[in-house]
Amino acid sequence: MSRVPASERTPEVTGRNRKERKAAGRRKGLDGPLARICLGWLVLVALLAVVGPLITPFDPTEGNIVERYLAPGVEHWLGTDQAGRDLFARLATGARSTILAALAVAALTVLFGGSLALVAVWFGGRVDGVITRFLDFLFAFPNLLLAVLAVAIFGARVETAVVALSIGFAPYTARVIRSVALRERNLGYVRSAELQGISGLVITFRHLLPNVKQQILTGASINFGYAMIDLAALSYLGFGVQPPDADWGLMVSSGQASLLAGYPQESIYAGTCIVLTVAALGYLGEQLGGRRAAGRA
Amino acid sequence: MTYIAKRLLALIGIVLASSFAVFGGLYLAPGSPEQFLVQGRTVSAEVLASIREQYNLDDPFLVRYFSWVGNALQGNFGQSLANRQEVADLLASRLPTTIWLTVFAAVLIVLLGVGLGALAGLRPGALDNTVLFASNLGFAVPTFFAGLLLMSLFSVQLGWFPVFGSGSGEGIAGRITHLTLPALALALPSIAVVARITRTAVREERQSEHAQTARSRGVPERIVVPRHVIRNSLLPVTTVSGVHIAGLLAGAFVVESVFTLDGIGALLVTAIQQKDFAVVQAVALIMVVAFGVINLMVDLLYAVIDPRVRLGAAA
Repeated sequence: MSRVPASERTPEVTGRNRKERKAAGRRKGLDGPLARICLGWLVLVALLAVVGPLITPFDPTEGNIVERYLAPGVEHWLGTDQAGRDLFARLATGARSTILAALAVAALTVLFGGSLALVAVWFGGRVDGVITRFLDFLFAFPNLLLAVLAVAIFGARVETAVVALSIGFAPYTARVIRSVALRERNLGYVRSAELQGISGLVITFRHLLPNVKQQILTGASINFGYAMIDLAALSYLGFGVQPPDADWGLMVSSGQASLLAGYPQESIYAGTCIVLTVAALGYLGEQLGGRRAAGRA
Repeated sequence: MTYIAKRLLALIGIVLASSFAVFGGLYLAPGSPEQFLVQGRTVSAEVLASIREQYNLDDPFLVRYFSWVGNALQGNFGQSLANRQEVADLLASRLPTTIWLTVFAAVLIVLLGVGLGALAGLRPGALDNTVLFASNLGFAVPTFFAGLLLMSLFSVQLGWFPVFGSGSGEGIAGRITHLTLPALALALPSIAVVARITRTAVREERQSEHAQTARSRGVPERIVVPRHVIRNSLLPVTTVSGVHIAGLLAGAFVVESVFTLDGIGALLVTAIQQKDFAVVQAVALIMVVAFGVINLMVDLLYAVIDPRVRLGAAA
């Protein structure tokens, strides 16, 4: 019975913190007009990804060569590319793959970085030392270099790029989560729960994790933006999504020749979508908790 | 001094570990080098064996690793499989472009990033808001997209800058005209972030008590700003600029590919496409070393900027 108070007390404490933090977030400007524009854009992109491919009658990978470089119109809403493929269909299916891949990186980064950090904090001592060394080692690799090397080893596929980028991002997230969790680890309530014989896993999930949730969420939203840029760069170089599949990064690259020849639509649409989405996420993430929460100054 | 020695030792350890990781990873990669050399032609077992012999492909892994490290330390990175050139020669001919590009971009980051940020921090109002908005947008622009837009606007349509080439062998002026757009594209996201950080730091420092005190003692603003505000706000700015400048070298390959420059980044990209692993290993190693050395130099710079920072105390 002595366990009950301990586990009851903590949710109450974190609950209050959470409410306070939320209120602080609102005060800090998630209400502002710019924040609303950012949110609105993100909703639009999400709609484009989910509904877009369903409402267009065109196939994103097949085009009619006679209808190349059409201007935006009633039939082709955003016009067509150099192969006569419908640009709206490509942009919408591209949104799916682009967003899913970036989401996967953000989630895997939390998984890798978070579990490393929590294991390091819980066990401390030598385990912490080994994990810190390992993170230092990962820090020595610039992220894109790591991803490109992974492509060299495992071949050019999105999955490779996603996993490699998550590993590259993980140390930044791990460093932040570790420092927050470490502070919590040494507080009385965790010590007392430990003395009462509650298992480390339970304490970590019930008490440590809720307390680092804020950092995890802001970190993930900022990492999502970085992931999108890096993935787009990899696809642009031919190391990510492979043609003829649609992807925003790939669209910038496949529209390159057309852009230089005076038909800028494809590159401009896709590039602008990347810029606005990353900027919106970055702005919102900053309002929520700042770049520091992502471990990147 | 012991701090520097410790950091150097750690750097050497990390470089050794990463060289092992890179070598081991590529060793395990599917597809063997001799397959690339014969390029799908059917060749007799003897020829294959002689190729394996020539490149020492039959030696045990550790033997190959240590001989590679030993040779690399003497500046011998082996032979490129794709064009039968010494990798060291290939690197020597490619490095100048990448160094020019990254130094140029670094100068842009410091001048424009710190300059715009300081200006915005000192002059609240329209200018400040513009810089803030531009930096929010600027950090989100992928370097390849920025490069493409700059190329299309300034090279193709306006014809102000050359479309291709790195200006090697055309002197400093040639270098600068050829590399202006690539350097600008490479530096753009970093300029945005550095401007942002500088602005915040300058604003905080302007309202700090020591600046107020100096003003109340009658020290004119033109002395308060450089001596009290700017100098004290340099520390966070140095951190962020350093991180971004160190990252330039590794980010350069994207921009080098957009502008088809003959740097080591573009070399890395083609080497990966051709599975030319001797080149991949060498370029990766150079990038890791450069990344580590620049990061170390930034940390040492702290002590120069702020004598209160005692090296080693924070680490």
